Amino acid sequence: MSDITARVKAIVVEQLGVEEEKVNEQASFIDDLGADSLDTVELVMRFEEEFGIEIPDDAAEKIQTFGDAVSFIEKAQA
Amino acid sequence: MFDLTGKTALVTGASGGIGAEIARALHGAGATVGLSGTRVEPLEALAAELGGRAHVLPCNLSDPEAVTALPKQAAEAMGSVDILVNNAGITRDNLFMRMSDEEWAGVIEVNLTSTMRLCKGVLRGMMKARWGRIINISSIVGATGNPGQGNYAAAKAGMIGMGKSLAYEVASRGITVNAVAPGFIATAMTDKLNDEQKGAIMGQIPAGRMGSPEEIAAAVLYLASPESGYVTGATLHVNGGMAML
Repeated sequence: MSDITARVKAIVVEQLGVEEEKVNEQASFIDDLGADSLDTVELVMRFEEEFGIEIPDDAAEKIQTFGDAVSFIEKAQA
Repeated sequence: MFDLTGKTALVTGASGGIGAEIARALHGAGATVGLSGTRVEPLEALAAELGGRAHVLPCNLSDPEAVTALPKQAAEAMGSVDILVNNAGITRDNLFMRMSDEEWAGVIEVNLTSTMRLCKGVLRGMMKARWGRIINISSIVGATGNPGQGNYAAAKAGMIGMGKSLAYEVASRGITVNAVAPGFIATAMTDKLNDEQKGAIMGQIPAGRMGSPEEIAAAVLYLASPESGYVTGATLHVNGGMAML
């Protein structure tokens, strides 16, 4: 597991209060991990702070799964 | 009761009669206050009067960039913004049939759109803190209408609808959004009315007098306090019974 994956996972686990095993690449924040729409906004805020990046609203809308989040952050940091 | 020690509050329109009194009340309860307004001199005079825990943050609310920057400046000066009081407002009265697009847009921009921008700007910090208080100073006119004030009434009613929508969204994060709707309050603005105008107004107020800025500030203090945590999406009408809503 890459460093980014681990850090994103830690945030998701803490923010949504889910078990780590449930956070896989295809896991949808809303459908699988029980997030509401405000949780997803907060997740994006946490990612921005953790990785020192800015995630514009139109990009944030496309981040629906754990895998989406990891790949967006990896690209943003590349 | 109503202890705000350690809390920070940004008050817009703090150079005006009601805004200054709101700032005094929050400061008196222990809060650090950010005093915003267009006129620097009265803000500095107020900050000097309050002594410590007061920051002057001039801002022209008709300038979108300045409005967007204000929450950041306030957070830098005070460390956070726990309480936001959207009190600033302007009037450009005219009969509806004569009202220009500029008169309409100017009032909506300063009274309603800047409120939206300031709310957006403080929400991130409040969400993280799991605590926040937003108090929008609306007006009796937003609920009852008033001839010559189509633009002002629309903006003041808009603050209430917008605030209720936001209240839904952030209630689970410990943030409340409420409005205070003053009736006729004795300020420099109402001092300009002549005796005949004043008499006509008094006839409509069951309490038989105008309200004081202190009475508005007390309502704001309650809605800013930890004790009001279960009150959200509400409008507190402070109008001497002029409209019982």
